[in-house]
This record gives sequence, C-alpha cells and structure tokens, in this order.
Amino acid sequence: MPETPSKPAPAAGAPPAPAEVHFTVNGHTLAAAPGTLLIEACRAANIEIPSFCYYPKLSLQAACRMCLVEVEKIPKLQTACTTVVAEGMVVHTETPTVQAARKSAIEFILTNHPLDCPVCDAGGECELQDMTFRYGAAVSRFDEPKRHRDEQQWSPVVYYDRPRCILCYRCVRVCGEGMDVWALGVGNRGILSTILPNHQDHLECEECGMCIDICPVGALTSGAYRYQTRPWEMQHVGAICAFCGDGCKTTLGVRNGVILRGDNRDKNGINGDFLCVKGRYGTDFTRHPERLKSPLVRDASGELRPVSWAYALETITDRWRGIQAAHGQFGVIGSTRCTNEESYQLQKLARRVLGTNHVDHHRSADFPALFDALAQPAGAAARPLPQLADSGALKTAKAVLLVGGDPTQEHPLLAWNLRWAHRLAGASLYVLNRRDIRLRRQARRMALLTHGTEADAVRYLAAPQRGDPPQAELTAVSPPGDKRWPQTPPSTPQPIPGGLEEFRAELAQERDVIIVFGPELTGDAVQALVRFGASLPGHTRYIAMADNANSRGAADMGLYPDLLPGYLPVSDGAARAHFAAAWGGDIPAAPGWNQRQMVEAVDRRELDALYVVGANPFRLDPVNAATLKSCFLVVQDLFLTETAQAADVVLPALSLYEKSGTVTNTCGEVQSQRRGGSFEGAKTDLEIIHALARMLGADFGRPDADRVFSEIRAQVKGYAVSLVQLMAGRGALAVPLNSAVPHQAAPQMIRPNHDSLFTAGTLGRYSATLNAVMEKHSRP
Amino acid sequence: MAERPAYPAAHPAEVRVVSQRFGDPRAATLAGYLDTGGYQALGKALGLNGGEAMAPEAIIEEVKKSSLRGRGGAGFPTGLKWSFIPKGGDKPKYVLCNADESEPGTCKDRLILEHDPFAIIEGITIAGRAIGAQRGFIYIRGEYRYVLDIMQRALAEAYAAGYLGANIRGSGFSFDILAHTGAGAYECGEESALMESLEGKRGIPRLKPPFPALSGLYGCPTVINNVETLASVPPIILRGGDWFLNIGLPKNGGPRLFSLSGQVRNRGVYELPLGFPLRRLIEEIGGGVLGGGLKAVVPGGSSTPIFTAEEALGLNLDYDSVGKAGSFLGSGGVVVINDRTCMVRFALRVMQFYRHESCGWCVPCREGTNWLQLALTRFHRGDGRPEDVDLFTDVAQNILGRTLCPLGDAAAMPILSIVRKFRSEFEDHLHGRPCPFAAESSAVPVA
Repeated sequence: MPETPSKPAPAAGAPPAPAEVHFTVNGHTLAAAPGTLLIEACRAANIEIPSFCYYPKLSLQAACRMCLVEVEKIPKLQTACTTVVAEGMVVHTETPTVQAARKSAIEFILTNHPLDCPVCDAGGECELQDMTFRYGAAVSRFDEPKRHRDEQQWSPVVYYDRPRCILCYRCVRVCGEGMDVWALGVGNRGILSTILPNHQDHLECEECGMCIDICPVGALTSGAYRYQTRPWEMQHVGAICAFCGDGCKTTLGVRNGVILRGDNRDKNGINGDFLCVKGRYGTDFTRHPERLKSPLVRDASGELRPVSWAYALETITDRWRGIQAAHGQFGVIGSTRCTNEESYQLQKLARRVLGTNHVDHHRSADFPALFDALAQPAGAAARPLPQLADSGALKTAKAVLLVGGDPTQEHPLLAWNLRWAHRLAGASLYVLNRRDIRLRRQARRMALLTHGTEADAVRYLAAPQRGDPPQAELTAVSPPGDKRWPQTPPSTPQPIPGGLEEFRAELAQERDVIIVFGPELTGDAVQALVRFGASLPGHTRYIAMADNANSRGAADMGLYPDLLPGYLPVSDGAARAHFAAAWGGDIPAAPGWNQRQMVEAVDRRELDALYVVGANPFRLDPVNAATLKSCFLVVQDLFLTETAQAADVVLPALSLYEKSGTVTNTCGEVQSQRRGGSFEGAKTDLEIIHALARMLGADFGRPDADRVFSEIRAQVKGYAVSLVQLMAGRGALAVPLNSAVPHQAAPQMIRPNHDSLFTAGTLGRYSATLNAVMEKHSRP
Repeated sequence: MAERPAYPAAHPAEVRVVSQRFGDPRAATLAGYLDTGGYQALGKALGLNGGEAMAPEAIIEEVKKSSLRGRGGAGFPTGLKWSFIPKGGDKPKYVLCNADESEPGTCKDRLILEHDPFAIIEGITIAGRAIGAQRGFIYIRGEYRYVLDIMQRALAEAYAAGYLGANIRGSGFSFDILAHTGAGAYECGEESALMESLEGKRGIPRLKPPFPALSGLYGCPTVINNVETLASVPPIILRGGDWFLNIGLPKNGGPRLFSLSGQVRNRGVYELPLGFPLRRLIEEIGGGVLGGGLKAVVPGGSSTPIFTAEEALGLNLDYDSVGKAGSFLGSGGVVVINDRTCMVRFALRVMQFYRHESCGWCVPCREGTNWLQLALTRFHRGDGRPEDVDLFTDVAQNILGRTLCPLGDAAAMPILSIVRKFRSEFEDHLHGRPCPFAAESSAVPVA
C-alpha cells in the first residue's frame, strides 16, 4: 500500500472539509480542527483529562483507561485519547460516573504497585503519585498479596522494576516509533505482562534513556542517577548540552553544587522530548576524580606542581610580556565547547592584546564555504527568505536531502527530527552517502555511493554534463507505513540501476528542500551543493553539521587565522577598522597560521608562545617534544589532556555546565544558559581571559557574559538576535551572511571526530557512564 | 487418514445441517465430500454445474435472507457483515475463519474441523466470492494443533482438485486459503487480536474504529466469521435462505450447535433449531442432571451471565429470548450445574480462567481479574469478610464496559450474575464456616 507523501487533489465536486468542528465539553462550546483527538481538544481548552498511556505524537493505546469520559448518545464511557471530535458531540468529563471510573482505574493500577514511594527515584516527579493525589481514593480495598519481582539491570543506564510498572507502553513506543530502535517490547500476558529488553536479560540499544524519561512512574530508572537524591532536593537548571553540535537543552539536577543528572523534565528546549545518552548521562565528567583543581606550573625539575592562581597568572603574563618585548610569535587555539563570549574574548585577546592572527579552533564543518556560497553578489537585492534552517524546521520539512554524515551517531537531535518528519509529517528523505547509515530506514530514496565521494556526487548533481557520474546503488525504501507498533521494518533495499541521475530527477520534483550536509563536503563541493540547491524548486535551506556544542560559535566568533567575528576577512581594511574601533586597538592585517601551521611552526621553533583554551590540538597534530621546549605553552582545560601534559602552565577551567553564557548550535541557533554546577578551584575561561588581558594592560571589563554578549550582538554579523527569544529559552537563529567570505580554503583542516553515540573527545573519556556504556557495547 | 472418533447418531430432535457429516468417514476426503453433496453450493455460486453463476450480491442476499447470525458469540447478522465490505478498491480483501474456539463450555467448532473440513473450506470460498476476496485464512486454536493437520490435508486435496487456487474449476474465480495456528491465547479469539496474531504480532486487540470491514487483516477490508457460521453457508446457498430461516425463528435463522457440558448425563454437541427449549435440551437430550438437582445453567459459554434453575427451565434457546432474559446465547456452550456445586468455587474457577487468559493490555481486565481471583481464593478458603461480597460486585462492575475489548465484559458478567443470584451461598462461607459443599463439590475442579 504505497502512500505518496503529496496528497492527491480532492476530487472535483467533493465538498471542502470543514475548517472546524464544534462540540460541547462540560457545557462549554469548543472548536477544533477535524480529526483532533478529544483529549487534545480538551487540554487545549484547559480541561484536564488524566491519562497515562496517551502521549502526544505516539501511537494510541487506550490501555490505561484513565481518560474515560461520557459522550452523550454513546452508552459506554469512551476513551478521550482515541475519540475524534465530531460536530455536535456533547462530552462530560466530570460526572460522578467519570470520576468513579478514574478512581477505579487508579485503584486497579495500585493493586500490584509496591507503593515504595519513599525509596523510589520517581517520588516527587511521578505521574502515578499526582494522579492518585488528584483522582484516587485515600483507602485501598486491595488486601491480597502483591506480586514481587526483582529489579533487573538491562544496561549500565537502564534499570527496570516490574512491580512499579503500570504498563502504559510509553517506553516501548518511544523506543520504537521515536528512536526507531525497537529495543523494548511486551512479554507474557495478563497479570504477568512485563516490559522486556531485546536481548533476554539486557538491552542492546542506543542507551538514549528516552524510555526512562518517558516512564510516568519509577519503573525505569537511570543507573547514573538512581538512589542519589530526591528530585526536590535539587536545583533544576536549564543548560545546553556540552557534547554534540545540536544544542539540546538538558536540565541539570544540581545538589550542593554537584550535577547529579541531565534530564529533560521541562521538554521546552529546541529538542522537545528528545535527549540522547550524552545529554542525559554524560554530565558526570564534571565530577571525575581527575578533574583539575588547581593551576599547575612546570618547575625547575620539569614537574607540573600545583600553584596559586595569582602565581600561575603572573608566570604566564611575565613570559608573555617578555615574548612581546622580543617581538615573538603568539599562537592561540580556542575551543569548540566554550561559550560564544569566551571565544569572542579569546580571539580579541589574541588579536588586540597579543597582536597575532595565529588563531584557530578544531574545525569540523566548512561554515565559511557555506556562507560564501549563500552570499548574494554585492548590490543584489536581499533574498526574501532565510537560507539557513533551524533544527526544528526539519520536523515540518516536506523534503530533506542528507549528504554525508551520520546524524544517528553524530547528531542525534537532527536524526530524531528527521525521523519525526518522516513519521508524522510524511516528509521525503533523500540520503546520499558512502555508508549505509541508519537513516536509510526513513529514506524515500538512498543513493549509496559505491565509488567516489559525496563531494564527487554533489559536483555531479550540480553539473551532470561534466565528467563521468560517480557510481551509486539507488535503493528505494518503504514509505511511511503502518502506524501501529511494532512497525514492520522496511525490507532489504534492492539496488536500482540508474545511478545518481534518477536520484537527481526525483529531487527535482520536490519543493522547499532542506539540505543537511556533513564534513565530507568542503570548499568547492559546498559551492556545488548550493548551486544544486538553488536549482531545486521552492525555497531551499541548509544545515551544515559540525561536531561540538559550540563548533558553530567558535567559527562565528572568528577563531580563524583569516576571519574576524562574523566571517569578515582580516585582510579587509574596513573590517579591521570596525573591530579596531570597537576594541580600542589595532589588529594585525596579515592572515595568521592555522592549527597545523602553528604546530609546524613549533617544530621550526618559530612559535614562541601557544595558548590553548579548551582544546587538545596535539592529539590531531602531534608536536615534537624537543622543539616544544622553545615554545611557552599555556593550556586551560578540565583535565590533563595530551596537550596539557606538555604545558608549562595548566589552568583549571570550569565546564560549559558551570558557567553562564550563550552557545550556537550547528544550525546557528543561539541559546543562553545559566550556571549549573560549581567546582572549587577552577575558573571560567572568561574569567581567566579577562584576568590575563587585565594583567597585560587591556581592560576587557568585568568577566560578565551579559556584557560580552551585548558587544557580540552589536559587533558580530548575524548576532543581533532577539533577547526575548533567548530569555524565553528558545533558540534564536544567527544568520551571519556576508557579501562574500574570502577564506583560505583549507579542506584538510576540516577534521571531523566521527564520534559515535558514546564517544565525545575529552569529555567523553572522563564520563564514567559513557565509558561503561561503551565498554558494554564493545563486548562481543 | 486420521482415525475419526465415533460420533453418535442424531437425536430425533436434532436438525442436522452443519453436523450433517458428523461421524461420516467419507467427509474426510474430497471424494467422499463430493459424494455426500459437497461443493454443490460452490458449484451453484460459481455456475460450475451448467447453471448461471450467482452474482456476489446475490450470495450476500441469500445469506441475509437466511437470517444467519454469527455463531462465535456476538451473534451479528452474517449477511449484513459481508455487505459492509466496500465494493472495488485497490486493496486486497480477506476472509478470516475464526477457529480459535476457546470459550469454556464450547467444543462445537472442533467437531466441524475434525469431521467436515471441506465444508469450512467451501464456506470460506463462497464468502470470498461474495465479498470479492482472493485469499482466506483459517486461524486455528493453538491447542487444536492436530486439527491443523486435518485442515492442511483437506486444503491440499482441494488445491489438487482445483477447488482452490487459480481459476477454480474453470470458473475464472481464484481463491487461496492458508491455515495457521494460534499459540494458546483466548484473547486471539477476539477478532482484532486474531488479526494481530495472524500478522505475526502480539495478540492484543486493536482500537475500533476502524472496523475489520474497512481495515482488518494487514489493514485491508476483511470479513471474519466463526467456523460454524462459515460451515452454514454452503447449505444456505444450496437450499436457499428461506429454507434455513424456517428451521429456526424469525431473525434467528437455522439450527445451531449447542455444546452441552457440566453435570448432565449425555454431554455432547447437538444441532438444534434456534428457539429450542433449554429444559428439553437438559432433560430429554441431555438425559437429566447428574449427581443432584439442577442449580444453574450457563447458556452460552463461561462469559455469559448465569441462569438459576428456575430461570433456565422456562427458557428457549434463541438469541432474542436469552437476551431478553438477561444473558447471551454466545457460543452455544450450555453448562449444567447441579445443586451440590459450590457457586463460590464455580465463580473462582471461572475467574481463574479469565485471569489466566486476560491479554493484559488494558488495566481493568488485567488487574481486575487478578484481584478477583486472589480475593475469591481467600474467600473460598474461609478467610472472607462480609464486605467482600459487595467488593466482588464492585470490582466486576469496574471492569464491565471499561475495557478495550469485549473480553473484559466476559470476565465481569459471570461473576456479577453469580453474586447476584447466589448471594446466600457467598454469605454461607463467612465467619470461618467451612465451605458447605467441600466434601462433594468435586465435579468442578479448582486448578
């Protein structure tokens, strides 16, 4: 039964569907779109209808029977979660019959519930508690023995306590329908029914914890958090996840300054319901025992010794002043996990105070190439529509072209949104990749490249008449099918001859495509992609996928040897003059060295000082230990990384979760967060940068993220974003599109991590939970 | 060829239509089936015997005229059900034969499956012709595993002789039938759970609407009928709807099979015209109550509300009379209970069944049957409290009408009627008194 995503035009003469149906609930006349579920219509009108098994955007179950309501002319009570509103329907939600039915449903659910609320993790944030409080009886009439079953551990992070489980099947559905993992199911029947993991006694899954998050009770609990605190003892601080570039909101549960969990309790971030294993459990790197607690300075014997902050900062500035006096060369490498404010101030310190353009960061997407390609020729009228898509746009996209990358592993939120679009909006996903990535299962069409690269394929799509087409196996994948679970997985795709030509022809039929691309595309391939995108009908938008929490921010803030904040070329006198005026000092005109060139300069003994903030460059670009001795190396980080081990001075920094500020996700959504945890002995990178600047005679003002962000809004192209949006906890899209971005093309410097769901560079290495999960998954 | 159990001769009061070949060894083979009048109805429907083929609408009309009502339990008019299948459309249509006979007290479909498999195949094929289907399925109860062999042998013979498959006997009509077993779940007798199970999923009921006529098996228009219902179709087509109707009563066409069990002398399956007096079934055909006087009768399988002896003896066995008396004709499983049976223990035994067979999908049935079984066990043991009697009623009331599928009602209805009609027996168990029937009530084993 193939469904075409584009609805056929209504037959001629068919009456148009009514825009609204009118119905009555408890005497109030309400209106809703045809097809609206009664429970949603009531909730929209602030009429509360309790439910356990109903969960928006997941399949309907009608299992918990909490939402029973009276509908006139129907003798039996009806489940509001499956009843579609109809014209003239008369509904009562608070009659004695309805109240008795709710009370009875609670009574039934509690018959085998252990009522161990005092020792249950969910106590205080349990829907069963809330419902019992509101709708249940004060007395239990159930006087029979309860069925006890021992708790089971299904993975390092997932525990299941059957007696607490109310069998709402939310976990089963979110795992299957939401995550497309299908690791949970229902076993046995009747009173013996139970949720089961997919491998006898354990789960093999993405460990995303969505099942735990969606569990209305304490049946599924988190191995990383359980039995540590009561929810009301924590402060709940909205933060932006410190891991990948998607920018999910994770609500930190903080007790006595310690971050005990990441959670999605408000569900009001850009990620909605979603959070992955890192956002949920990766926060424990903040309390790793090897966290740096004090500045370290290498002493005469060559050992790193703990020293006071004052001593460490003086040691640094003394050496830097000496190097400045000798006209030595400074290099600065910034972070993809610091805030925008820190990255901005860091490059300001480099350019304005240290007088160098040797500034870089670990690049994982070619943003300059994208913004250059999207720039209109000087003098052209501004394009009327935004050319960058935010992450939420994927959910409502009609068609998406995904080139390269593996969002399921590297960008879990984007993957979630793509699955959402496929499942709920019937979006057509086109996948072009060398690897058989998991999102193939949602693809309307996948071009699996058998020869050549994604870049070759994109060049071919943009200009098919030039050269031989790269070879691809085209696979057709089932369209969205049966909405009931368990969903039948698509059958094994069959190669279809015809190569990319057919892929191109099908894409040309789509309108308003969002193009998402990975690090496989750089430089001229990005230009080609944008040319191809411009040839598609409608309004094409783009998302470039970069690795880390603030990779995009690092790029936007000018952590490039040749680009100032907002992608203004440092070689452009007007741009330099703009920032020189804003910063009160001159900026060197010549483009500097990139990260690899800086390390090569160390080898040539041409770099006299290197300041590394929240990065581990020597892992990618190994340095010669002998020549490094002639370079004064300062590293500020959370841990003694490979780079920090080689440093002359190490400064302990606070993590993203322990500071306020803004970060920009890979789509360009700027979000603000406030300080969650604290950590004795360490300082924010902003504090350290400001202190160093002050000691070198430059006043950067108070190290206050608000003040710096005001400057960014005023000075950085694309960052004059709505403060109201930021305050409301939403992402505000930064669109730093210039007339053109002359940029030193350095495709070899785009070096993606290719992280898996369980790896995340330094932070991942120090997360006990991520390590435990990875260890489990690496077992044969 | 399987050894067939000997089958007793018809009782004079019986009208053997569906059971016409019971005990006839010839019905085991296609040749014998043909010898005994088999496939003449399909021949008539498809015009194989020289006559004009019947239009699909004419087949449905004939079934409507017969007033055949579903023999599985709900008693829905069969012809009407078939007429709900949309004409045309892109989707394939299916005929499902529900052979998941699991209702306690019911064993009639088994006999048809054992004794007259070709009649079922013929009935399904005619139904397929009527609704425009090309494929039928027989979903056989898991515990009837040996029946699968019987059906598969019969299907193979029918295929070999061109009564199934492409272009049946040159008629231009093609039809396939696949037999499949369940895995031992009462719930899979519920039509939508059966479809889930047949699709290879967990046997849980579906949300309705959509109803099977629009979205059934694999989301396609589907007719699902009981074995006996489908086996009644060939005689109706062959001899006419009026003939069938006149065997029974208006709106209660034909005879039907009654499974007579419990404390009665001649337990067995009898085909009687609808409207037959229950007193005659028990006394005349059943040979009277065993081991005592009559206390109660379950009229249509364990899920139907129970009758006291007094109520039962004045009752006629047709859908409407039983319905008017507050119960259901159900699956035709008549269970006779003598006056030396403990009704608390009977209620407990029934509840054990429903607790064991609840699919567990929705809360009231899953938790309510468990609660009732635990409480009835305690109560029967002598640890009852006076308020328990009302509790049983209240818990059952809280299941009734509040579950996703009708099987919640199936669990609640018997207990409600037993407590209402035999309340004094419950009260006799109170205050530490031993069960008054303890010594003798052995005919209703408690597992």
